[in-house]
Amino acid sequence: MTGQGVGASARRREDDRFLRGRGQFVGDIRLAGMQDVAFVRSPLAHATLRGVRIPDAVRSRVFTAADLAGVKPIVAVSGLPGFKKSEQPVLAHDKVRQVGELIAMCIGPTRAEAEDVAATVTAELEELPAVHDMLAARARGSALLHEHWGDNVFLETFVDIGIEAAFDAPIKLTRRISTARQCMAPIEGRGTVAYWDNRMEQLVLYTGSQMPHIVRTGLAECLGLMQTQVRIVSPDVGGGFGYKGILLPEDICLGWLAMRCGHPVRWLEDRREHLTAGANCREHDYDITVYADRDGTLRGIDCEATVDSGAYSSYPFSACLEAAQVASILPGPYDFPSYRCRTWSVATNKCPILPYRGVARTGVCYALELMLDLVAREAGLEPFEVRMKNLVRPEQMPFDNITNKHFDSGDYPQALRRALAAADLEGIRARQRRGEPDGRLIGIGIAIYCEQGAHGTSVYAGWGIPMVPGHEQATARMTPDGGLELRVGVHSHGQSMETTLAQVAHEILGIDIDRIKLVHGDTEYTPYSTGSWGSRGAVMAGGAVATAAREVARLAAEIGAHLLQADPRTVTLRDGAVYGPSGSVTLAEIAHVWYRRPQDLPVSVDPRGLEATIGYKPGRDSGTFSYAAHVATVAVDPQTGDIEILDYVIVEDGGRLINPMVVDGQIYGGFAQGIGTALYEEMNFDASGQPLASTFADYLLPGPTEVPAPHLHHMETPAPYTEFGVKGLGEGGAIAPPAAIGNAVNDALRTLGAEVLQSPMTPRRVLAAIAAAREGTA
Amino acid sequence: MKPVDFAYARPMDVTAALSLLAEAGPSAKVIAGSQSLGPMLNLRLVQPGLVIDITHIAELRLVEERPDGISIGACITHADIEDGRVPDVAAGALRDVAHGIAYRAVRNRGTIGGSLTHADPSADWITMLAALGASVTLRGAAGLRTIPVEDYMLGALEADLRPGELLVSVTVPRLGRAARWGYYKLCRKTGEFAHAIGACVVDPERGVCRAVIGATEARPIVVADARHLIGDGTQEQFDGPAVDELARASGMEDAIVRQTHVVALRRAVAGAAHR
Ligand SMILES: Cc1cc2nc3c(=O)[nH]c(=O)nc-3n(C[C@H](O)[C@H](O)[C@H](O)COP(=O)(O)OP(=O)(O)OC[C@H]3O[C@@H](n4cnc5c(N)ncnc54)[C@H](O)[C@@H]3O)c2cc1C
Repeated sequence: MTGQGVGASARRREDDRFLRGRGQFVGDIRLAGMQDVAFVRSPLAHATLRGVRIPDAVRSRVFTAADLAGVKPIVAVSGLPGFKKSEQPVLAHDKVRQVGELIAMCIGPTRAEAEDVAATVTAELEELPAVHDMLAARARGSALLHEHWGDNVFLETFVDIGIEAAFDAPIKLTRRISTARQCMAPIEGRGTVAYWDNRMEQLVLYTGSQMPHIVRTGLAECLGLMQTQVRIVSPDVGGGFGYKGILLPEDICLGWLAMRCGHPVRWLEDRREHLTAGANCREHDYDITVYADRDGTLRGIDCEATVDSGAYSSYPFSACLEAAQVASILPGPYDFPSYRCRTWSVATNKCPILPYRGVARTGVCYALELMLDLVAREAGLEPFEVRMKNLVRPEQMPFDNITNKHFDSGDYPQALRRALAAADLEGIRARQRRGEPDGRLIGIGIAIYCEQGAHGTSVYAGWGIPMVPGHEQATARMTPDGGLELRVGVHSHGQSMETTLAQVAHEILGIDIDRIKLVHGDTEYTPYSTGSWGSRGAVMAGGAVATAAREVARLAAEIGAHLLQADPRTVTLRDGAVYGPSGSVTLAEIAHVWYRRPQDLPVSVDPRGLEATIGYKPGRDSGTFSYAAHVATVAVDPQTGDIEILDYVIVEDGGRLINPMVVDGQIYGGFAQGIGTALYEEMNFDASGQPLASTFADYLLPGPTEVPAPHLHHMETPAPYTEFGVKGLGEGGAIAPPAAIGNAVNDALRTLGAEVLQSPMTPRRVLAAIAAAREGTA
Repeated sequence: MKPVDFAYARPMDVTAALSLLAEAGPSAKVIAGSQSLGPMLNLRLVQPGLVIDITHIAELRLVEERPDGISIGACITHADIEDGRVPDVAAGALRDVAHGIAYRAVRNRGTIGGSLTHADPSADWITMLAALGASVTLRGAAGLRTIPVEDYMLGALEADLRPGELLVSVTVPRLGRAARWGYYKLCRKTGEFAHAIGACVVDPERGVCRAVIGATEARPIVVADARHLIGDGTQEQFDGPAVDELARASGMEDAIVRQTHVVALRRAVAGAAHR
């Protein structure tokens, strides 16, 4: 480690512009002649659209589905058998299936004026019964969203791995556990600026995107353009969390409009649109039974899981990624012999469910970890003892679990032991026995998960969705002054890639990271990539950058050898220079010769110069497995239901860390979101499918005062199959907090006989649980 | 989420504001700190033709201290009170409650008059000022009228503000030396609107024993003589079941909601006892 390479907590290069307010987000882009767009959205969750009335005075500024002839709907299929396809219209024509669905698009010189126009447009809607409850939606006789399906189920999956063998277990516990529907709420919402570039014969679309290349492909297909005719530019992105991986109907509308109207157009999502019309995630329901022996050994898990997928299958992840993943990841980091799981991805009259940091894992971890605590209670054991009995042990690694997940490495029990020691389990138990002077109840809860990241072709080919990641490519190119350009197709939406990928290249070439420039976020300048999702950036783009940098190193060494008049086999590259038996030459000198004094090069010089574009895949593409043990200590006020987090410990193993400070940042951010899931965030709907929150006054996010500083510890078990031993870990912080906090809350409530099995664990739910226990209805 | 196109006026005195109000009629909307009206404008829940900004009217920022209390101009901000620029005749209650409203950014702009007129049931001032026995003074074409704070609020988001009227000041009585007050607000996070509020003022010198249950669905429940509920406030003579019954009789059906309100008042009383 040189202080800038892999393992260094280098300062973030992005921060200078961000902290000075000089970032350039979509909302900062100003183009001459640009007009704003406001949408007419459906006020109803489910209705037949009879027509759209547009006053003559504004007719030229309003566009409906009738105008968009030839534009194709968004179709995101899954190859899983039985998947039912939905067509998400760009603008609604015959029917609307969610509140907020686009009906018309209106332009004006400013957003306010565009909204004035929108206010004069009337959608003639005939209300249909709304489907708002995913369990009822599964039942025969429910109203149907997509009539020709015959039911409301996008996909049902089933796996049974010898569940009968568990039926004679002495402990059998069944619960219904659920997680609320949430909104992702990045600081920056969605937004799009589009124009037609006559010189390039190209639609240029600026949009904060995690996956610019995927958006380009999807957009071109919907608009019937060649992909060379579409350029996606994703400038600075103020948080994505999955929402900015999605191709929205709004993007397609703006693209179409830009081609038609001859001037740039812009749509900036406002917070009401964000909360009521997009960005939905997380709503799971589990009917789960756990079988165990008296000593806490898990015998089997039997689960029926339902995910509320909303009205349409969104592009590119589809409507079933969430539920189908539940079946494969529910077993968590545990080793047990019997398993059965049935899942449903159900269509309802809500916004499509989208993948949010921790996709499916947060719900799964909540369900499983809550159940393991109940097993412990039933067996008279400490919750950690049940984990210790069942966690995959280090000597079993690499380990193929019951659903064939390949755990690459790690010491899960060790992480738990360290977390318990840091949280002072003994001390908390003693404190519980003493009681609190203020009458509050103390509880401690643990949760462990493993996070599959950077899973590649072999995993995604099975899902059969519009996007399957293959080799990740990067370009490394020296500049004439000895600097380095890196080009990658992933895009940073807060991951600090401008810093960390420069560190990777520095590790190999020794070029100062201030002289390494990352080019990303523009389909015109970067290699194709599925983009930033699934905790894959460090592993995939990091591996690709390392591979490309190594190739440049090899090319430079050859030129260096020539300049040193040495045999290429005798030279080495280190600290930014090529060393031969009798002298050295810097990379800057080598670059100078290649670009500016080619006359000094031999005729036999490798014509590739100092530039390489190469693809990378880890030795196995089944994914890296980072993991963590979280321990929460909470105080519950049994009179008000208030929950305070007193202490929080995280012991995380993300393999080799490229930049530990950046990793800490990722974990802190995820942790804050996990607290949101655990305690605050909930998008409710009424029976007519109306979303009940439309501002941050009624959709609660944790703020600085609600997020305590967690105690963070690292283990670094290198991944066996990746460059440097790096593992993906971007999502982990958001996975375990609901489970750890939930277990802590239930530990606190144990003396009252109450349990809360639904997130967020609001004061009302806590009080209701206490009341139910008191009345014996629990 | 942008407001409709509206005209804007910034009168410099109350008379000018009143005549603008009279001229423009119901399409005019008064704006003070904009912390509640701003979002409503943006959401187009209100679509005024004229917005009359009253924050530059010096009269509405006047504070007048008298032996029996204080009169606070309608445009005095929560931050003015929090920072002590307004003498606290209520033994610290005003500063304490002001400090607990939202975030500092909101307190810098939000006004006491705006808060009372917006009449959000879960807002802080309405409940505490009702406990203190404060009153509001309104001025319209027909002159001045002064009514108790709790009567000013008619219901959720509805104040007894007649067409053409402005709220000009709030009068808070001075507490006696032996007086105690308590205030307890239940909310989940800083800046969230309250789920339940309890407030009480016990002032033996003036023979005052008031209790208020706030953050209800509508107007706060004000008990002008609360001795049967909270005793004399020097110790915990709190009668939970009686408070619960009162809440039920006032239309609070939900048992959990009632419980939190009873707890809030109990804790307000406990806090008052320790002051
Ligand atoms: C994020 C956030 C959090 C908040 N949290 C809290 C909280 O915890 N507790 C709390 O109590 N409040 C809270 N508030 C509300 C805040 O206290 C507002 O300041 C207050 O509700 C309105 O005061 P204002 O001066 O901003 O009034 P405005 O928004 O300007 O006006 C509100 C209404 O009053 C009318 N009005 C204003 N002044 C007069 C007058 N003198 N005469 C006649 N009519 C008038 C206006 O026409 C309008 O109808 C919060 C607000 C925000 C944005």
